[in-house]
Amino acid sequence: MLYLQLFISFFKIGLFGFGGGLAILSLIQMEVEQHGWMSQQEFVDIVAVSQVTPGPIGINCATYVGYTATGSVWGSVLTTFAIVLPSLIIMLAVCKAYFWLNRRFQGNPYFEQTLRMLRFTVIGLIAAAALMLIKPANFIDSTSWIIFAAVAFFTVLPNLYQNKVTKIISHPILLIIIAGIAGYCIYG
Amino acid sequence: MFFQLFWTYLKIGTFTLGGGYAMLPLIQREVVDRKGWIDEEEFLNMIALAQAAPGLIAVNSAIFIGWRVGGWKGVCGAVLGAVLPSFCIILAIAMVFSEWKELPAVEAAFKGIRPAVVALIAAPLVKMAKTAKISWLTALIPISAALLIWLGHVNPVWIIIATVVLTLVTIYLRERTTRNS
Repeated sequence: MLYLQLFISFFKIGLFGFGGGLAILSLIQMEVEQHGWMSQQEFVDIVAVSQVTPGPIGINCATYVGYTATGSVWGSVLTTFAIVLPSLIIMLAVCKAYFWLNRRFQGNPYFEQTLRMLRFTVIGLIAAAALMLIKPANFIDSTSWIIFAAVAFFTVLPNLYQNKVTKIISHPILLIIIAGIAGYCIYG
Repeated sequence: MFFQLFWTYLKIGTFTLGGGYAMLPLIQREVVDRKGWIDEEEFLNMIALAQAAPGLIAVNSAIFIGWRVGGWKGVCGAVLGAVLPSFCIILAIAMVFSEWKELPAVEAAFKGIRPAVVALIAAPLVKMAKTAKISWLTALIPISAALLIWLGHVNPVWIIIATVVLTLVTIYLRERTTRNS
């Protein structure tokens, strides 16, 4: 039963995950929270781990939840397969109909307008993912907010001043490592 | 072909940090510039399709290129290569993470990392809103979507379905009224 539920959840995430890594987070969050497979805190931790390890966040989360929910490697295999399966079905159909699709969908108002609107929705999904994580478990004191503000500042900085220094400073891996060291110094 | 695609994607999958988008330039260098499996124009079409289709962009692109280059075997090779590195690394971490988390040093570090992660999720919104050329009116879409999920606990799946249905109905009605008038 657990395996079936995991399969359905991650199939759903793969099927409705428009707009790449960050947009998929709110879908994963909703599923794992509803089924109690992961706490909010664990979810943030695994997103952090995903940022500093290679590979797509969706695969990382699927593999992690698959293992922790079942305690078995096969759980991981199942969830990873489940999140990839919708892509396989849809993309193979796309490949088979590639030339037909190109002719038919380029400039088609229904198709282009839907994609444009989905782009707006995805921004909302990412905002929701962030809002859902603003909880006492993740923000334990006022120092947490200082870290939050500093990281947000350095991430946005290259949009204001584009140069080599701001580009290096804004790198998520570097920021996570610095935040980890800061955490160790402050709370350790 | 299976092994060539597997190997190429394994390399790309192992050395790209930061998710699917970070993979695209590497895929381009390997597949278009070095191997010449597909040309530049097809690569750009591929990215458009991989983004428009649901699912993970890295996986979608692996399926497309795998199919164009080597059919079924190509798809299997490319997808396995793209997924395997992160699968193995995360599995190893999942196996030890619950014990590591008990360590005071790790727990302290994660206390600092958690708010940073929330900032890393939130901050790119500024750039995304700019790229999507959002206006005061269209800003209502992401704002209402975020509120429905955050406060209303609506599953994002419904928000996506609603976006698609509402857009299609709006265009249909608009086209019908212009045709009638």
